[in-house]
Amino acid sequence: MKKNKLSLFSIPYVIWMALFVVAPIIMVVIYAFTAAPPDGGFTLDNFARMGSYAVVFARSFKLALIATLVCLLIGYPVAYFMAKEGPSFQRVAMMIIMLPMWMNFLLRTYSWMAILEKNGFLNQFFSAIGLFNLINSIFGTDITYFKMIGTSGAVVLGMVYNYLPFMILPIYSVIIKLDHSLLEAARDLGANSAAVFRRVIFPLSLPGILSGVTMVFVPSVSTFAISRMMGGGTQMMLGDLIELQFLGGAYNPYLGSAIALVMMIIVVICMYVMNRFGEGEEEAMLL
Amino acid sequence: MSKKNSVWSRLFMALVFLFLYAPIFLLIIFSFNEGNSSAIWKGFSLKWYGELFQDRLIMQSVYTTLLVSVLATLIATVAGTFASIGFYNMKRRWREPLVTINNIPMMNADIVTGVSLCLLFVAAFGAWNGFVSWMETTYRLTAPRLYQGFGTLLIAHIAFNIPYVILSVSPKLRQMDKNLIDAAQDLGCTWMQAFWKVALPEIKPGIISGMLIAFTMSIDDFVISYFTAGATTSTLAMTIYSMTKKRVSPEINAVSTLLFGAVLLLLVIVNVMEAHQAKQQAKKYS
Repeated sequence: MKKNKLSLFSIPYVIWMALFVVAPIIMVVIYAFTAAPPDGGFTLDNFARMGSYAVVFARSFKLALIATLVCLLIGYPVAYFMAKEGPSFQRVAMMIIMLPMWMNFLLRTYSWMAILEKNGFLNQFFSAIGLFNLINSIFGTDITYFKMIGTSGAVVLGMVYNYLPFMILPIYSVIIKLDHSLLEAARDLGANSAAVFRRVIFPLSLPGILSGVTMVFVPSVSTFAISRMMGGGTQMMLGDLIELQFLGGAYNPYLGSAIALVMMIIVVICMYVMNRFGEGEEEAMLL
Repeated sequence: MSKKNSVWSRLFMALVFLFLYAPIFLLIIFSFNEGNSSAIWKGFSLKWYGELFQDRLIMQSVYTTLLVSVLATLIATVAGTFASIGFYNMKRRWREPLVTINNIPMMNADIVTGVSLCLLFVAAFGAWNGFVSWMETTYRLTAPRLYQGFGTLLIAHIAFNIPYVILSVSPKLRQMDKNLIDAAQDLGCTWMQAFWKVALPEIKPGIISGMLIAFTMSIDDFVISYFTAGATTSTLAMTIYSMTKKRVSPEINAVSTLLFGAVLLLLVIVNVMEAHQAKQQAKKYS
């Protein structure tokens, strides 16, 4: 087979990419620097206007960072403990972790809505065991439910619940491939298990941590459904802001594009950091 | 890692697994609830399943989801396979930038992909519809106006599926022994025959796994569909989202239970098939 002849197979897809991958991104960039009609023309106003949404930016980063950190604190030990178990346990555990990911994230988020609602499972449970009566009699208050939906904690919970597997799996896949002779060497050279972990296992698992952090942080910072469902409309995030500009009441694709452009830059930075330091990225992407 | 896990670390794992599954199990239990609450048990009933199957909106969106997923998967698998063969045979200088562009939809946040496609469709259709109006007034010629709908949804799904197909076909191409194809041609195959009879069977596992990934991506997608489907077309995920905006309805519990059951069944089938294949392989080489 001639090499050049077969490379022609990709021509339709190259045209496709130009139309539906490159062109849309160019559109976003153009719109981001265009003033809304009737003015039109080049402008930086869309970026300047983002200043009034500083609260939303701050909240997005804060909640996404907290969710990422919580995922790391829960996910790292799980991955580490899993790697120490026998092979059949590992297979089953992998299945257990992957299975919820196959369910749509809206349904997973909805399941928490049903639990945390005002009349939801948890509040009904608390009232059944008499917790509210107890609290009311001690503090002289008059509460009949805990407000959980509509708080930032609920949004973080929704993110952690949805994206925890994205943290566990890349870390696990790096730890499982660690060279055992390195660990033996460290022990032979007198390191106790804490030192082996701190100076050998942890540094070697950094690529997995980085891809896990990226895979949790990027969807968290860009979500709009989770913040809408768990935040009850009070916890607006960057994703909600973009959605409002394109499909919501505040129709303004120019401002929306500018925010989308900022989000693209965030993603590029995350990917750059991950590629720079990480090697576990290829497996991570397949998950 | 020499030491076994302590009881505490096992307990920790168990708690995390419980955290992952408790909400799903509650959802499943309360899908069989007589009452309309997801918190108070009123007795066993299948009435929500009955209502689910009577709900035209949900049934219509299930149909849309399946149709768009199957079509997008088939098209993306064929297109992605050809594209990866093309990329593989390209000079490095050309291949690398193209592969980078190909990776963009996988890397980018879903909302950015969705919004950018939405923008493209709105602008392109706006221009087209304007052109049609102009034709009508000046030349009395008419053409159908275009709006976002099933077509744009399908394009969007194909666009985000192809990269996953390429991602799983390319490694198989690299693993393939290049001499195989030359040998086939030396033995009298045309290059078309060499492609169909030699190259294609070699990369088949990659094509199949790419197809599976593409299908699950399509079924599972919400964000990109949400921005590209327009006002009249709705996938199941979109319908669920609009339902959660109004009131929590146990119908959603029934949907979740059915989907969870389907996924579980699929996973079991895939695992059984893999085990079977591994056994066959072992037999072949022993």
